[in-house]
Amino acid sequence: MFTRRQALMGVAAAGLLAALPPMTAMAGEIDLSALPRERIALVAPPFVHAHEQVSTTGPRIIEYTMTIVEKTVVIDDEGTTLQGMTFDGSIPGPMMVVHQGDYVELTLVNPETNSLPHNIDFHAATGGLGGGALTLINPGEETTLRFKATRSGTFVYHCAPEGAMIPWHVVSGMSGTIMVLPRDGLKDETGRPLRYDKVFYVGENDFYVPRDEEGNFKSYESPGDSYADTLPVMRGLIPTHVVFNGAKGSLTGDNAMTSKVGETVLIVHSQANRDTRPHLIGGHGDYVWEEGKFDNPPMKDLETWFIRGGSAGAALYTFLQPGIYAYVNHNLIEAVELGATAHFVVEGEWNDDLMKQVAAPGPIPVN
Amino acid sequence: MPWHVAETAAGGVVAVALSIAALAAHGSDRDTGAVAAPPTVVIEATRLAFPEPGEFLVEGRAIPAPVRDVEIPAFAIMTHQVGLADYGRCVAAGRCMAADTQARAAAADVPVTGVSYFDALAYAAWLGEATGATWRLPSALEAAAAAGERFSAETFSDAADDPKNPAVAWIRRYREQAASVRAPEPAARPFGSYGVNSLGVADFGGNVWEWTSTCYVRVGFEADRVTERSRTENCRVHVLEGRHRAIMSDFVRDGRSGGCAVGTPPDNLGFRLVQEPDRPGLVGRILGRIAAVLDR
Ligand SMILES: [Cu+2]
Repeated sequence: MFTRRQALMGVAAAGLLAALPPMTAMAGEIDLSALPRERIALVAPPFVHAHEQVSTTGPRIIEYTMTIVEKTVVIDDEGTTLQGMTFDGSIPGPMMVVHQGDYVELTLVNPETNSLPHNIDFHAATGGLGGGALTLINPGEETTLRFKATRSGTFVYHCAPEGAMIPWHVVSGMSGTIMVLPRDGLKDETGRPLRYDKVFYVGENDFYVPRDEEGNFKSYESPGDSYADTLPVMRGLIPTHVVFNGAKGSLTGDNAMTSKVGETVLIVHSQANRDTRPHLIGGHGDYVWEEGKFDNPPMKDLETWFIRGGSAGAALYTFLQPGIYAYVNHNLIEAVELGATAHFVVEGEWNDDLMKQVAAPGPIPVN
Repeated sequence: MPWHVAETAAGGVVAVALSIAALAAHGSDRDTGAVAAPPTVVIEATRLAFPEPGEFLVEGRAIPAPVRDVEIPAFAIMTHQVGLADYGRCVAAGRCMAADTQARAAAADVPVTGVSYFDALAYAAWLGEATGATWRLPSALEAAAAAGERFSAETFSDAADDPKNPAVAWIRRYREQAASVRAPEPAARPFGSYGVNSLGVADFGGNVWEWTSTCYVRVGFEADRVTERSRTENCRVHVLEGRHRAIMSDFVRDGRSGGCAVGTPPDNLGFRLVQEPDRPGLVGRILGRIAAVLDR
């Protein structure tokens, strides 16, 4: 059992870390006062805040605030609950978009109402455990971190407090993505510009929910209550749920993503903990940055692409045919049984040249 | 194996015949059988505007099921769905496979759920032996008659979809499905929780969908939507009636694995049975002789 006392010990350790001299003070004096600042409000996935694809300015300081919210979340259509830990209230956390050379200045808030210390590790950042070493905050604290976005690409961020807390916080929902665009935008393998009409952020999560003796999922009052039971399920490495956007079915039905024939969509896919293999049923990846890093030429015409656990990738596709598209993790057991399925509803004109039903299903003719 | 429905169905029929034979052979002391016959409701002969279950196509495009005006002779059907405790007796007798139910074994007053079409056949065969009567699944038509005012069939919508663009119908139905989503109610609830319809049939249209003996069909029509061009029957798949119609492979026990044209999949799969009128004495006597021979 994870007791209140142990939770408090966690807090004490956090206090120790916080007592270290702030590393920012040791850095060479950088005068960023001349740089313009922009404060951007984050939006919940699968949507992404408005941004320029090609920057019309020089480097800037982009300010974000994220509030960590511990809360009970429903993760499937049977009402199974998870003691969720979230960046800004959503699983995954919101996607940030900046340009290469910009500075990201994040204020991270851990309200008093939470029970655990948290921090943030940006895979896009250099040094200080990705910022994790400088951002561990107790309930009732906040901190501000600035890092320079030196490399372009899609990068995961996640909570990484300490030891066994790290995977537990990540599989409780604490991960998200930052996309660092090249200042002159995305390009194909020959350097010609690529643009998108829409961007969707699909964060994939693996959850490990304990069951009771009868095989039913258990529910808990608080994250601490769930810890002891959850750890052995995590160690089994077989998730009970593999979902997009925090819950089975959260990107289907009324919440399905939408597009039109002729529209180009950028799909950013993250998995902070475990490998996955996105596939658009009936479509393709026209240009895919599997590893998500835009300084590498994109791969073309992919059927399925591989997202390494602990990374985010990006796929660009122009819809050519109307209909309902399933966007899945093409381990189809995980897609259908465990929840990793999203839908696109795409309107437009049907192209008989690409596909036509020549003979409708009917009895086999007898001669 | 699930695919061998014909063989299994035939096996069920044989089992019923033998049970009657056994009854006849053992004389009148078992007239009422070892198990009391479950209560039934007599559904009087009636006429029904009945949409045939299945898939109906005109030039490759799905259309709503044609509605036929059908006459149904009187029949007797179980007042309640088969209960978990009832089904448990068949399991204890070694004649039924334990159900994949979520309900606790001790819950005696709930319908059995987590049962396939094959499980329903096995239970009907065993119940025949145990009660000395003949029990079978209702047809979809009989289920509709027994459901009375609660019958809903398919919620298939028709519209002037673009014949050049199949995606128009796909997207329209997808949106309808999204709009009709309801919260699942997986937990088995005690008999009577969903009340009794005007015919005295309990709990129809609750959170248990009921297997029928009706096979899935795919029918191709001429443009007039009346003249049949082709008909394919698939009896590895059967129709369930309930809050809305569902079509499931015979071996499926979990309704949430899908099978609905529109709407949230069935929460649970269960069944209730029709009791056949008593067999003529001659048949009983013949079967009795067969049983007597088999007994030696
Ligand atoms: Cu955390």
